[in-house]
Amino acid sequence: MKLTKALLATSALVITSGSAFAESMTLVSWGGAYQASQTKAYSDPYTAANPDITIIWDESSAEAVAKLRAMNEAGNITWDLVDVEGADSIRLCDEGLAMEIDHDTMLAAAPDGTSASDDFGDSIVSDCFIPQIVFSTTVGYRLDMVGATPPTSICALFDTDAYPGKRALNKRPLANVEWALLCDGVPKDEIYDVLATPEGQDRALAKLGTIKDDVIWWSAAAETPQLLADGEIVMGSTYNGRLFAAIAEQNQPIGMLWDAQMLDFDGWIVPAGLPEDRLARVMDFLNFATDTQRLADQAAYISYGPARASSAPLVGNHADLGIPMAPHMPTDPANSQNVFVTQYEFWADYRDDIDAKFQAWLAN
Amino acid sequence: MSETTQTGPMLSADGVPLKTSLARALRRQKTRALLLIAPLLAFVIITFIIPIASMLFRSVENQIVSNTLPQTVAIVGDTTAQEASMDEMLFRVLYLDMYRAVEAKAHTRLGSRLNYEKSGISSLFRTSGRKLETVGEDFEDFFKDADSGMVKGPFWHELMQGEGGEDLLNDRLGLLTDLTSLEASGDLGFTLSGEAAALLPWAARAYADWALFTAIVDEKDVSTKKPWAGVYAALALDLADPATQSAVAAYGGSGAAELQAAVANIADMPATEFRAYFEDIDDKWVAPETWALLKVFGSQYTSGYFLNAVDMKLTPDGIEQRPDNERLYLKLFKRTLIMSMVITVSCIVLGYPVAWLLANLPMRSANVLMILVLLPFWTSLLVRTSAWKVLLQQQGVINDILVWLGFVADDSRLIMMNNSTGTIIAMTHILLPFMILPLYSVMKTIPPTYLRAAKSLGATNWTAFWRVYFPQSVPGIGAGSILVFILAIGYYITPEIVGGTDGVFISNRIAYHISSSLNWGLAAALGTILLAVVMLLYWLYDRIVGIDNVKLGG
Repeated sequence: MKLTKALLATSALVITSGSAFAESMTLVSWGGAYQASQTKAYSDPYTAANPDITIIWDESSAEAVAKLRAMNEAGNITWDLVDVEGADSIRLCDEGLAMEIDHDTMLAAAPDGTSASDDFGDSIVSDCFIPQIVFSTTVGYRLDMVGATPPTSICALFDTDAYPGKRALNKRPLANVEWALLCDGVPKDEIYDVLATPEGQDRALAKLGTIKDDVIWWSAAAETPQLLADGEIVMGSTYNGRLFAAIAEQNQPIGMLWDAQMLDFDGWIVPAGLPEDRLARVMDFLNFATDTQRLADQAAYISYGPARASSAPLVGNHADLGIPMAPHMPTDPANSQNVFVTQYEFWADYRDDIDAKFQAWLAN
Repeated sequence: MSETTQTGPMLSADGVPLKTSLARALRRQKTRALLLIAPLLAFVIITFIIPIASMLFRSVENQIVSNTLPQTVAIVGDTTAQEASMDEMLFRVLYLDMYRAVEAKAHTRLGSRLNYEKSGISSLFRTSGRKLETVGEDFEDFFKDADSGMVKGPFWHELMQGEGGEDLLNDRLGLLTDLTSLEASGDLGFTLSGEAAALLPWAARAYADWALFTAIVDEKDVSTKKPWAGVYAALALDLADPATQSAVAAYGGSGAAELQAAVANIADMPATEFRAYFEDIDDKWVAPETWALLKVFGSQYTSGYFLNAVDMKLTPDGIEQRPDNERLYLKLFKRTLIMSMVITVSCIVLGYPVAWLLANLPMRSANVLMILVLLPFWTSLLVRTSAWKVLLQQQGVINDILVWLGFVADDSRLIMMNNSTGTIIAMTHILLPFMILPLYSVMKTIPPTYLRAAKSLGATNWTAFWRVYFPQSVPGIGAGSILVFILAIGYYITPEIVGGTDGVFISNRIAYHISSSLNWGLAAALGTILLAVVMLLYWLYDRIVGIDNVKLGG
């Protein structure tokens, strides 16, 4: 009798949760301040307008590529929308794990009528990618450890005489090898040609080798601001939003370098193979969440630039501090005097190879 | 009755021979026992053994190449890379194979697979995909000019629909099934004409590919839709052949007028030189290296991943060692084993006295001590690792104290993390309970009277410990060491956080290939090797120490 009751109760629970699931949408992001900015700018207003839809956040973007592949092989896709870096979107698109998007028909046009694909421009790095933000990997330094002449060039990373102390760099080749070649005297427009050759790769590693003993290699971007705050390092690379948070929100004695920053895009992909009803719901959300106003709204919570050109003039003030956010965007003209735009095609081709060499070099 | 008992078999009470009856009872007992564990067994097999086996299987599996470009790979297999790169026939077959793969969106997947072996293949496949269609469209335009009816669905359907082409259609269906792993369900709504297949062999193959794809994948009606541009390229291949041209002139079936109109204008048709088209798309297609790669990695199963995992590589000339600046994995395997051993030994050295104290203190203080051992055990791994970061870093607690005490100068603070030292310290601490607990449970069973007896017989403290106590605690050390060593070998979070560059393990690379590069084949190969090494060490341990000497308790 008890058993029957328990069984009944369980099946009732399954049925109700099943129907609740039908009204919900699982969004995958990176957690932390970034996800909070998405919640405030995109999902809160959306659920306010659509109270019957529940949005569930999953902080799995760091493992998204592998998990999507596992879900795809198991034939059970539980995610509806996934936030990934531009480079990962290419990989997912190549693997057939992400759905191809027709930006003009699926996304909202700009208020002035410019089509979505023109509005997003170069930030559409793959057929499956719906860009949200522009972020950059750049260098922050400890104000009280760089003396009277704070660094103005990326090559300060390699100048251990002028700026003694440890540096923090990403434990993967992207950005590091470009900076190494730039500071080894390769003209900026030839860097990727040089990097495509084994000699060029060796040259980049050799330049990095001059500071190898002074480098702490990070694998999570939060490490650099922490190391800077602790005084462990004199300078280090990380995402510009992290540095902004440390400087403006936490008042750490940290300065920021806007030189040879590596511009990168982050955005949504829709997993391939979603059933019709879920897909329809996701597309409705996407249409809302990637329109001009929403992308501009996000910049009030985090210092990443909106991916739409039409959003830039709408960027306002920081939601808590009230300071204007435009000068803190990596896309601001004053900040983007000298930038690298990540070469996705190049990295899709050379990532495996250069990474293998980079890791072997690290281990030696 | 007494006679039967003497000559026949012994019977049980119900008249069945006792032997059978006993065997039956035993069997019943065994079945019951098996049924009792059946749920657990099924659970273990389904959730543990099968996934692990299928993951390990990926280390040799390589069907993606032959499934995506089946006929191309078959031709390359019979020739040299140099000849393949010059062979016009090969590029025609490649065109059909690639076209089908592009439509199924499988070409980019193959590109990323082959990019693990050679940089640049990924973009070669990605960019070529779009351009294949352009090649076909040029031919389509020609046929449209010759007779606008040719670029409509019904023309094609009437031309190709018929009887007698079942074998060819089944062959093409097999290719599509391998590619998409979709099975044909029910009626395709299309059968291939044997006459058309004989007259226009290329076009029939391309059209069959399109029709099957449309019917099975897109689930659309074949009879009215216009085929892919690639089908026109295939038709051009046929019509470029003078033998076919004269056959078309004699042909009287459906579509004859259109075909004859096209043959009449044949001088205007774009050249059917597919090698040149592929060269235009990207000259890597005509590079012998590309074909060498497809030749080496064209087989269904490959040793390539395992060779990569031991710093070698598969080349057209056989197996080669990787150049010095690319060797990584053997070094990491060696480092993982050595550091795990160091960690195990440090756990023994630190854990043994603690376990001894636990076993010999009065109950009340032993309990407090036990909680101190267990408390960190219950704390999250990440929290403990991060706590070590706070302690060990150069501006950290330990260095601050040392500087304050004057043991080290402020400008030469010790470097205790982001290197192997950090990994060893943090992992020793994290794994210590796995050493202390088995040791403690074994020590608890050693009667203290033995030590007293030894001393009363004149042994010094050291002799009594070394000759009497220690040998009895060895099973605990064995159990603790196996636990700690095997756990240590697979750790990756702690080394990732405090290991820097010379403190990372092989598991960190496995994690990278699983979650970041998506090179699951290589990750599986590395994992298989790691598993084999652990098994080997376990076997050695069994031979040397004996697994019976391991005790986890009592």
